Amino acid sequence: MLEIKNLQVSINNKQIIKGLNLTIKPGELHAVMGPNGSGKSTLANVLSGKNGYEISGELNFNGKSLKKIPTEKRAQRGIFLAFQYPLEIPGVNTNNFLKTSLNSIRKAKGEKEIDSLSFLKLVKEKTSELGIDEKILSRQLNVGFSGGEKKKNEILQMKILDPNLSILDETDSGLDIDALRIIAKGVNSSRNKKKSFLVITHYQRLLDYIKPDFVHVLSDGKIVKTGCSELAEEVEKTGYKKLN
Amino acid sequence: MKYQELEKTKEYKYGFTTDIESVKAPRGLNKDIIRFISKIKKEPEWMLNWRLKAYARLQSVKEPNWQKPKYPKINYQNLYYYSAPKSVKNKPKNIDEVDPKLIETYAKLGIPLKEQEKLSGIAVDAVFDSVSVATTFKKKLTEKGIIFCPISEAIQKHSDLVKKYLGSVIPITDHYFATLNSAVFTDGSFVYVPEGVRCPMELSTYFRINASQTGQFERTLIIADKGSYVSYLEGCTAPMRDENQLHAANVELVAFDDAEIKYSTVQNWYPGDKDGKGGIYNFVTKRGVCRGKNSKISWTQVETGSAITWKYPSCILQGDNSVGEFYSIAITNNHQKADTGTKMIHLGKNTKSKIISKGISAGHADNTYRGLVDISKNASRARNYTQCDSLLMGNKCGAHTVPYIKNKNSSAIVEHEATTSKINEDQLYYCNQRGLDQEEAVSLIINGFCKEVLQQLPMEFAVEAQKLVDISLEGSVG
Ligand SMILES: Nc1ncnc2c1ncn2[C@@H]1O[C@H](COP(=O)(O)OP(=O)(O)O)[C@@H](O)[C@H]1O
Ligand SMILES: [Mg+2]
Repeated sequence: MLEIKNLQVSINNKQIIKGLNLTIKPGELHAVMGPNGSGKSTLANVLSGKNGYEISGELNFNGKSLKKIPTEKRAQRGIFLAFQYPLEIPGVNTNNFLKTSLNSIRKAKGEKEIDSLSFLKLVKEKTSELGIDEKILSRQLNVGFSGGEKKKNEILQMKILDPNLSILDETDSGLDIDALRIIAKGVNSSRNKKKSFLVITHYQRLLDYIKPDFVHVLSDGKIVKTGCSELAEEVEKTGYKKLN
Repeated sequence: MKYQELEKTKEYKYGFTTDIESVKAPRGLNKDIIRFISKIKKEPEWMLNWRLKAYARLQSVKEPNWQKPKYPKINYQNLYYYSAPKSVKNKPKNIDEVDPKLIETYAKLGIPLKEQEKLSGIAVDAVFDSVSVATTFKKKLTEKGIIFCPISEAIQKHSDLVKKYLGSVIPITDHYFATLNSAVFTDGSFVYVPEGVRCPMELSTYFRINASQTGQFERTLIIADKGSYVSYLEGCTAPMRDENQLHAANVELVAFDDAEIKYSTVQNWYPGDKDGKGGIYNFVTKRGVCRGKNSKISWTQVETGSAITWKYPSCILQGDNSVGEFYSIAITNNHQKADTGTKMIHLGKNTKSKIISKGISAGHADNTYRGLVDISKNASRARNYTQCDSLLMGNKCGAHTVPYIKNKNSSAIVEHEATTSKINEDQLYYCNQRGLDQEEAVSLIINGFCKEVLQQLPMEFAVEAQKLVDISLEGSVG
């Protein structure tokens, strides 16, 4: 599904990712852990196609290079990023945004636009499945949302758009246990042999709820260690320093 | 949208010219021209004298020059002050007799006039250059005692009403363009809603400039008697031309006790080309007076067209507890310029005003909000809330906010908030990540920014206005 080979990324002449290799197969869930500033968000942004980076190395999705594909096309092909800091867009109704988003993706796939009734049903189903209060959907997109509400809203969007590759950028940071459970539920209920996940986290805590197939430790722009869930516990105990 | 389709919609959709034979007054501005206009409109003598008084006054006043957008000197002697399709000379009695070319023109503009095709729930008065060519739903309105007709007709048929209120809100001495308009105005709408009547449909006037080198001097007067309600909407377009054309309108509103007037404008005059050549000078005076207690006047404007927009729809809050509102979206792209805002004059007790202004600038455009909140000594417990937001797209455009506050009453509360921001790259990225392309993302963010104002428009027009907002800004984000 995703194949990253010798990825090097710079911004403003500063190299941030320094030769990163990672392969994610369909059905796999990979966790990336790393200290602040190690390049986790940069990796997520490069995968989703944010502008402004200088990139070398290979970046393939379903066998095709992503490098020249703009952000919206990547989204339309099934790459989803749950933002570390979801953006506020004043005056834009959350429900409306979700529907516009879903329809853009459906249109790109050559599917019919969803009608209002079916959309409403879909939203009802997903919010109740996750235990999210439907009320946030009638508010302006992320405006005045608490940290937890913003993150839950990201996961709700993930559920509704049903992507092939979901990247979660520190979706767990700053959440209480209940919110964390909702996030985990969102991920776990979507896992199947076709869907892949890249879960970026700073803490091991999330991995108590989401069982990764692989754990990678990112440090100074490189993956310095790869293992299975036990690696996360080790990191938690010994800290990132030891692994360098 | 495919690239080619995009290119097409970027062009000004209403830039065509109707090839129609017209009757014109000779070029220039003098007493004879005024007599010509008055005569061709079959006006009573008082009206002619009123015009001549304004003309005399005009000789001693100067064009104002304090506005931000400057323009080359206008040669007033070189303009035509009256132009009308020949076929309108003997005014048709019903719409089936209107020149098919005119019907077709309005149909192309999305304003069907024919009986079978009329917009439901909206009565339309169609003004073409200097004359009204048709008014729909007249009968239905007459049944309720509502007068909705061209002002030229009202001057003949409802002379006493017009005489009483014309110039009562904007005196002929007000300022240069108001005085000029008073001397040479040609057509516009007249509305009278009797006591206790709620107007059952939207009233709307569609202004079209067609003839070249012609100034359009619109005059509109709306009177809402005690306890009545009316919602009125105007739309405007003009052909694409290299010259700058002048549209100098005067609009007066009068609301009596417990009455409400909602006045909406969707202004889409030709804005000029990409390099700033041509376009309309939209120099307009709009003012309403809340004469009675508990009355309300609400202005909503969506200004997307014109080379220069220069206007301040204002409210004089005379009656106690009266309310004035101003909701504005001003979009300037390429080389367009706007200097717009409002004046809220609080005279009565407990008067309230609200100002919501959204300015959007792109390309090389320049956008100024200028507003006055004036609270007089007697306006105890008056309140104003002002919010001015400016959005910049690109690095070559400008946004300015010039709020004046004069408060002579210590019990009054005046609040002002202002923001200036750039279209946020991260917001665009967020939308792109959810599958929206650049155009969709910009449209979504801009419409969100304008939401509070768009919401004020009558439903039928909100969608149109939203599309207009999109089209005006297309291609302005890389
Ligand atoms: N636009 C930028 N210009 C310069 N440096 C940047 C920019 N964005 C991020 N960085 C730097 O890149 C490094 C990695 O950032 P980031 O990917 O956000 O780390 P993480 O998500 O792991 O905390 C940090 O040192 C950060 O300061
Ligand atoms: Mg980060």
